[in-house]
Formats: sequence, C-alpha cells, structure tokens
Amino acid sequence: MQILANIVVLTSLYALVACGYVLVYKVSRVLNLAHGELMILGAYLLVATSAGIASDPLAAIALTAMFSIVVGLSVYLLLMRKMTGQPVLAAVLTTVALGILLRGAMVLIWGPQQLNVGAMISFDNASIALTDSVRVSTAALWLVVCTFLVYLGLLAFLHMSRWGMRMRASGQNALLAAQRGINLHTVYALAWTLSTFSGSLAGVLVTLDSRIDVNMAVIGLKAFPAALVGGLDSLPGALIGAGVIAALEVLLIHYVNPLLSDVVPFLVLIAILIVRPWGLYGTKEELNRV
Amino acid sequence: MSNIETGIGKMTPATTRRKRLSQNQVAWIGLIVLLVLLPTSATPFHLDIASQIFIAGIGALALMVLTGIAGQISLGHSGLMAAGAFTTGILYKEAGAGIWITLPASVVAGAVIGLIFGLPSLRLRGIYLAMSTLALHFLVIYLGGEYEFASGASTGIFLDPPVVFGFEIYDGYAWYYVLLALVAGTYWGCRNLLNSKTGRAWEALHANETAAEALGVQVANYKLLAFVITSGIASFSGALFAYYQNFVSVEAFTLFLSIQYIAMIIIGGMGSLPGALLGAVFVTLVPYFVEWLMEAVPYIGLDITTVSSASYAAFGLLMILFLVFEPSGLTGIWKRLVGQFASPSKREDTP
Repeated sequence: MQILANIVVLTSLYALVACGYVLVYKVSRVLNLAHGELMILGAYLLVATSAGIASDPLAAIALTAMFSIVVGLSVYLLLMRKMTGQPVLAAVLTTVALGILLRGAMVLIWGPQQLNVGAMISFDNASIALTDSVRVSTAALWLVVCTFLVYLGLLAFLHMSRWGMRMRASGQNALLAAQRGINLHTVYALAWTLSTFSGSLAGVLVTLDSRIDVNMAVIGLKAFPAALVGGLDSLPGALIGAGVIAALEVLLIHYVNPLLSDVVPFLVLIAILIVRPWGLYGTKEELNRV
Repeated sequence: MSNIETGIGKMTPATTRRKRLSQNQVAWIGLIVLLVLLPTSATPFHLDIASQIFIAGIGALALMVLTGIAGQISLGHSGLMAAGAFTTGILYKEAGAGIWITLPASVVAGAVIGLIFGLPSLRLRGIYLAMSTLALHFLVIYLGGEYEFASGASTGIFLDPPVVFGFEIYDGYAWYYVLLALVAGTYWGCRNLLNSKTGRAWEALHANETAAEALGVQVANYKLLAFVITSGIASFSGALFAYYQNFVSVEAFTLFLSIQYIAMIIIGGMGSLPGALLGAVFVTLVPYFVEWLMEAVPYIGLDITTVSSASYAAFGLLMILFLVFEPSGLTGIWKRLVGQFASPSKREDTP
C-alpha cells in the first residue's frame, strides 16, 4: 500500500512537470529543455521572497507564483519570441542554452549548498497517516492536490475558454490561426507563462518535501519521458504517461535495483520512440512536421 | 605568427583567383608551422590547454559532420565519448591491453553504439531524434556506472601512460605533438570524406530527405553511415581523453559535455569543418577566460564552484547570443570581415 502511495505522489510530480512541456509543445511546437531549470528557479524564487519580502508561508507562495508568471512571460518576450519562425532545432537549442545559463546563475546567486526551504517559510512538513500503514508527507499531499487542480483548470481552460480555443488552434495550424486574426505572440506568451507557472509550482512543492538543490533540475528531464509517452501534445496523455513512468520507476527501484532510478524513464522513452514515437495519445501526423 | 603575417602581407589588391588560392595554402602552411613551433615558447599550462583543445577538436569535428553536414541532431555525444573511454579503461584494467588494442577497440565500440544511436534516426527526425540520443546517453552512463560499481572501482579507473613503439607518452610536449597530428589527421579525413560521394549524399539528405531519396541517395544507409563514422571518431576522442587524464570516470561525461560540443559547432558555425576547430578553441578557452576575468575583477570568495557556475552561465549566454544574433557562428563573422576588407579592393579593381 505504501508503494501505491509512493506511485501516486511520483505520478503527480511527473504529471505536474510534464504538463509544462505539453503546453509549450502543443501550442508552439517548441520543446522546452530548460523546463527543469525553470522549475527549480521557482523554488529559489520562494527562497528569495521568504528571505526578503514575506515570512508568512501563504503570502510567500502567492508572491512566488506571481514572480514565476513574470519569469515565464519574460522568457518568451525577451528570448523565445526571437526564435519564433526559426527552425525548430534552433529554438530547442536556445532552450538548452537558457537552461545552462539559469543553472549557472542560480548557483552564483544562491550558492551550491542545499537549502531547506521548508524551514525558511516555517512550513511544517509533517508526515500524515492515511491508514495505519500508509504515510505521506504534507508537501506530497499538497503536490497531489495541486496536480489535480492544475490539470482540471488547464483542461477547462483549453476546452471551454476563448483563449484556450485560440491556443489549441495555434497549435493545430499556426498559419491559419494567424490568418483568422489570432495574435500568435500573445498565445505563445500565454503558453510559456502557464508552463512556467505550473513548473514553478512543482518546483516549490518538491523542494518543500526535501531540500532545494540546483541538481534537482534533473527531475525536469526525467518528467520529459512522461510527456512523450502520453504524446507530446496531449494533456491527459501526460497524466497517463506520468503514471506509467512513476509506477515503473517505483516498482523497479523497490524490487530490482535502486541504481535504476535515473535510467528507467529513459528506457521507457527509448521503447516508446521505437514502438510508437507519437506517444499513446499524441497526433500521429505531427511527426512529419518536426 | 610571423608566417601568417607574411602570408597576408603578400596579398595585393590585384590578386587573381588562382593566386589567392595559393595564398590560402600559404596561410595553411603558416598555421601548421606555427602550431609545430608553438611549444618552444609554451609553459606546461599552455600545452595542457592546447592538448585539451585538440581532443575537443576531434570530438567537435565528429559532431560537425553528423549535425552540421548530415543534419542529424545528437544530444548523446558525451555518451559516445564515455563509451570510448570506458572501452579503453575496461580493456586496460581487465586485460592489460596496450594502446594498439584499446584505441581500435574503442573506435569499434563507438561505431557499434553509433549504429544503435542511429537506428531511431530512420524513423525519427528533429527533436524526437535528439531525445532518443539523449536517452541513449543516460543508458551508456548508467552502464558505465554499473561497471564502476560492480568492479569495485567506484571512484573510476586509473590508466598508465600509453606506450607507442617503446616510447611512453606522458609529458606535455609528447601529448601536444601526438594530439596535433591526430586532430590534423581527423580534419584531413573528414575533409576528404565531405568531398567524396558520401559527403555529397549527406549534404543532400540534410537539405531534403525526400528529394535526396528521389535522386537515388540511399537515405537510410547514409544516415546510419554518418552515425557509425562520427560515433567511431567521438569514441576515439573519448579514449584519447581517458589516456590524457590517466583516468576514466562517469563523472566526466555529463550532459553538460554534450551541450559543450553542441556549443562548439554552433559557435564555430554550422556546416564548416574549420568552424568545428574554431568552436573547440573558443569553448575550451571560455572557462579560463571567465576565471581570468573573475580574478581581474575584485571579487570575494573566488572558488571552484563560483568559477564553474560562472562559466556555465557564460556558456548559456554565449550560445544564446550566437543562436539569436549570429547563427552562422564564428566562420560567418570571419567571412563577413573578409568580405568587408575584400570589397573595397574589388571596387578599386573594376574601373
């Protein structure tokens, strides 16, 4: 039972990170390989706000959310906007470069040592007993709840609101969408903002559960196979992909070899790329376009 | 330096096309003479940097052929180098094999892994291919880590200096000349390859796969060939790296190393072999330059992590600047400068 709880928590983490990849890819066909770094930047922003501005946990988290929106918006406006219309590969390499830049900058600003964010905002990460034998930490519980809410909100937004429809239209055919008067730059900026926001949320929650360390950006890379298994342009797919990856990772670590932890997501990635490159729920014709 | 200057000094405005070509050759010969004479006035520190540049140059040439010429993106370059380094390390440790066995074995191992890396390319393009090479990188690193763990060498494998014809290569001068010869040989080999049928096939499938197929280029075969050849070279440079460091460990082959090689070919200029070498020089020098800059600026707490993270940030910034403002890289800048200097003289010629 404890294993099941672990799988659910890890699924939530991967799903929350993966939806950032999906949002940006679905709308602008750009793969954001800096997502892991942006995620950890969200956590470091919490460190900055709690140290400088607000000591109340809720206020600090709310401010961090606002800052992460600013970060996402400025990443698009200052950098990725220039790559719109460039070859996809150039855009992807730009995100790789952004990741390296952020990684270096974060160590320069906040130092290489691990920080305990929970203690900084006096967040009590107590272990909660769900049943007699199953325990999860408070932060993990929050993670599950937030992932659920984010997915609910995103699906409702994409399918029910006017801007959501515009985002989907831009993703299906950018040229036709622009022809119909949709401002692509606004739509792309919105996608980057939402993506960075959800990523930062994941970063904050996962670092509240453990400690903050710049190398945790690797979670971003490990969540990428989740997005790809489900299909890079499908939100429900990302949720299911996250479930598959998380279940395999937890089970293999528990029953086979703990060293497999870092490699399992990528083994699944290779398998899915060989068998069904467009993923479980992705659109097949996309492959010809990239 | 004087050799290059005489080469340029001879250039008069009235040079014909044929003469200019021969002056180009003079410049090449000058560069070679310069590189051969350089160690006479170099400190061990300079020789070390030069050797690092040569090793990086061999790897960058391989990636340039794969990505810049054949158009197959790879994020697994450091995995391939790790394969070469580990083949050498394992053969040396388990069988005491000499350099005549370990180096060819590394090339073969790299070529085989390159074939595996290349298989997804038959079906995948662009970022999907990048992802599959990334996944394979993690797989190779995992296997290397498993070996280190299983063999009890959890810190890594130590290597003795290689012995060639009874001559032990361990001091900076020997390494400098050996690596200089190897990088020149690799450059020469790659250049000839690009001027052959194979190179033209790669350029064709880079430009348009469907059109290349229609013109009779065996796209699948040539794609795999590109992966096999360049992976062999990358693996070779990994083995050289292992010998040069006297040490093999998975720690050295991070994802950041792959990104550094991508930075080399972007900064050097996509599709240009001299660009790969220029990029190797540039990228290898960045951390030293950053360190020098940070020492020059009064700064408190200058330590290894600060310097390394500052060079991370500098790399990211440089890559972004080149991608956004100068996608054709250093060779693009060079060509434009030459064009600017050449065009007034042409204008004088025409009337």
